[in-house]
Amino acid sequence: MTKSDNDIVRMKGIDISFPGVHALEDVDFTLRKGEIHALLGENGAGKSTLIKVLTGVEHQDKGTITIDGKEVTIKSPQHAQELGISTVYQEINLCPNLTVAENIMIGRAPMKFGSIDWATTNNQARQLLKALDVDIDVTQTLGSYSVAIQQMAAIARALEISSARILILDEPTSSLTTHETEQLFGVMRKLKSEGMAIIFITHFLDQVYEIADRITVLRNGKMVGTYDAAELPRLELIAKMIGRTLNELDDMTKLKLESSKLIKSEALLDAKGIGRTDSIEPFDLELHAGEVVGLAGLLGSGRTEIAQLLFGIERPDRGSITMDGAEIENFSPIESIERGVALCPEDRKAEGIMGDLTVRENIILAMQASRGWIKYLSLSEQYEIADKYIELLNIVTPSPDQLVKNLSGGNQQKVILARWLATNPRLLILDEPTRGIDVGTKAEIQKLVLSLAEEGKSCMFISSELEEVLRTSHRIVVLRDKEKVTEFSGEVAERNIMQLMAGSE
Amino acid sequence: MRQPKKSSFEWRKVTESRLFFPIVALSLVLLFDLAFVRGFFAIEVRDGNLYGNVIDILRSGSTVILLALGMTLVIATGGVDLSVGAVMAIAASIAALMMNPYVMAKELPENLQKLVNDPNFTYAPLWAVLLVTLIVSALCGLWNGILVAYAKIQPMVGTLILMIAGRGIAQLITNGIRIQIFYEPYAFIGNGWVILPFPLYIVIAVFTLLWLFTRKTSIGLFIESVGVNARSSYFSGIDEKKIKLLAYTLCGLFAGMAGVLASANIKTSDANNIGWALELDAILAVVIGGTLMSGGRFSLLASVIGALVMQATTTSMYAIGVPANAVLAVKGVVVILVLLLYSEQVRGFVRRITVQKKGV
Repeated sequence: MTKSDNDIVRMKGIDISFPGVHALEDVDFTLRKGEIHALLGENGAGKSTLIKVLTGVEHQDKGTITIDGKEVTIKSPQHAQELGISTVYQEINLCPNLTVAENIMIGRAPMKFGSIDWATTNNQARQLLKALDVDIDVTQTLGSYSVAIQQMAAIARALEISSARILILDEPTSSLTTHETEQLFGVMRKLKSEGMAIIFITHFLDQVYEIADRITVLRNGKMVGTYDAAELPRLELIAKMIGRTLNELDDMTKLKLESSKLIKSEALLDAKGIGRTDSIEPFDLELHAGEVVGLAGLLGSGRTEIAQLLFGIERPDRGSITMDGAEIENFSPIESIERGVALCPEDRKAEGIMGDLTVRENIILAMQASRGWIKYLSLSEQYEIADKYIELLNIVTPSPDQLVKNLSGGNQQKVILARWLATNPRLLILDEPTRGIDVGTKAEIQKLVLSLAEEGKSCMFISSELEEVLRTSHRIVVLRDKEKVTEFSGEVAERNIMQLMAGSE
Repeated sequence: MRQPKKSSFEWRKVTESRLFFPIVALSLVLLFDLAFVRGFFAIEVRDGNLYGNVIDILRSGSTVILLALGMTLVIATGGVDLSVGAVMAIAASIAALMMNPYVMAKELPENLQKLVNDPNFTYAPLWAVLLVTLIVSALCGLWNGILVAYAKIQPMVGTLILMIAGRGIAQLITNGIRIQIFYEPYAFIGNGWVILPFPLYIVIAVFTLLWLFTRKTSIGLFIESVGVNARSSYFSGIDEKKIKLLAYTLCGLFAGMAGVLASANIKTSDANNIGWALELDAILAVVIGGTLMSGGRFSLLASVIGALVMQATTTSMYAIGVPANAVLAVKGVVVILVLLLYSEQVRGFVRRITVQKKGV
């Protein structure tokens, strides 16, 4: 890499480990004055860890950070601010019930006669926002403005704090409308022209190509490379992000081809034009018994939203879902379970496991919920069910009475799978069932999904890893920016899907 | 439970049992009595009934035990109910008023005047008094449940409303008058004796029914799963709101029973004093019983023992002649000691000792 005087931040050989995870491995990262640098990678790639190192939240085990040519040890977030590094986080951490001016100036408001000089405070806040081309009444509460304006206020505050020279925007656009995003980009370009170095983290590739000068891609804590945005084709970028390798016909594929003959022709579930405002655009989807349908799309493309609509966590505000020929009117998890639908949620910790309950209790929970409170499974029945699934799924636990929190991530995931298999579902929705688990268990789960389909269940398989979706699914639905783009039946070239995930070339 | 493979006695199993620490705490208090209070454990037989300090702990403790049972369910869902003391006052006021509304009248005709302190007179029959009182108490609990589960108000704030307003409501019911209770059958509920004190039978019946209700149906599991992770419970098809509603309603119902016991015992509806600060005793009893304030696993029996620890402390202090004001301070000390027993560090220490023993 050429050592240009323009480099404001130079991180070299950054290496950091947490218990059980090698979060960053020998990562180099440089940031130039007056550039917008996109930091990309799928979940768990190490983006946020890298940012945490740069902002002093975490300390690297190895590697050096140079700012303005001087080597520094960033001791704390305060220290990072003093060095001119400001961060705007994904969740806006401001107070919606204070005024815009208070939010921007809090802690640094000018004083007069021992109390805050409100006229000057408001004036300064107004000036700061004007510099960002935002002209609003700063004495209104922050909560009364749109998310975009709140984001601007957060940026204004970040700029005020430290006469910042480096601005980190962590997924600033995930809750913005197209228009608001444009507004934000206007501000980013303006700051860039003033020499600000901006790190931009996002999942929306369209936006990367619209605004970023350079792109750094991380994958599994390792550096993939830094590229000029103009010279990196979109397709290549996605290939770098998901790191797929084309597998030849393997066992899975054979299994898949064989099982595809068993797919029933009539639909088990038929969704027509269902959607939900701000969550997922209306889409049609048919699911058949004996079939695995994969959802391919980047994070935030609407995969989880579809899963939650079909399971009744969220209620669609348009369209209709028909199951067994009857239109569904009541949406709630318990009604879905009774219809024979099951959802293995994406967020295992928050929505899946009950850490302080035992393996046995976790496994029988959904089944018990559908039986109601009075028909309590006897302990011997509970052990019978638990033992059956512990054996079937090969769950590693010393006993069914072990607390689930003491199990490894992969085994926790299997316990949740067991919970849903115990309800004997006809439609099983698996949202990221293999996230954060080791390769061996991944393969086990993929095989299991196919064998479930062979038994006549309908499965929906959601994963960030395209390769995995391709391996397991008979049919693939492609999503982009909260919209269903298309679907493929049978064998499709990986390349086609990647193109669609990325948007037109 | 499944039969353990090894039938040998294992120390570790004992120390890790939920009942271990509450029982240790209770034993410590009783050991203190054994050492310092002469004749504390003496039991006297009068007219075929049993009397003595130990019996007295059980009798006086029954109010807190009832509160603690309901509180256990609420805390297990991850909530707390501060209003139980106030609900006791409401229950007492309603019961007293239904039995003797004439007390409220300024001037009474001669023929009614003598009814006021007639021990055999009640305006409404006893079953109606109890039924209405308990229904109203359960409604108080239901109100708390609606605030917490459906209006999503934080439990501490939501139940604080009734804690404050409840005593006012109790005063309004009796027009601010402290109604004396003369009706003997009602008083019997609180201070009667059938070999053992009558409240004890109520506690045993309530405990048994509640245990069957939570452990022989899936209600107990659902309560625990809501307490451990409400969102996961919802995803698994459990209606977490209804479970919370149920817990608060039962808690209100049991508070009503406690109110009946307390008012029957002192033979008056004292809206200012009945159940005063008892919500805190109940919460501490549950905590001593090992249920986490963040919710999750609960044990009804452990909470009962917790309540007994609280009551035994009070009774012992009175027995050695500590003045009433100082008893509160001593109670505080006991609670601190018990909670120290619970800290992970101390538990780890105990575990290390017992494991060493096993190794020998």
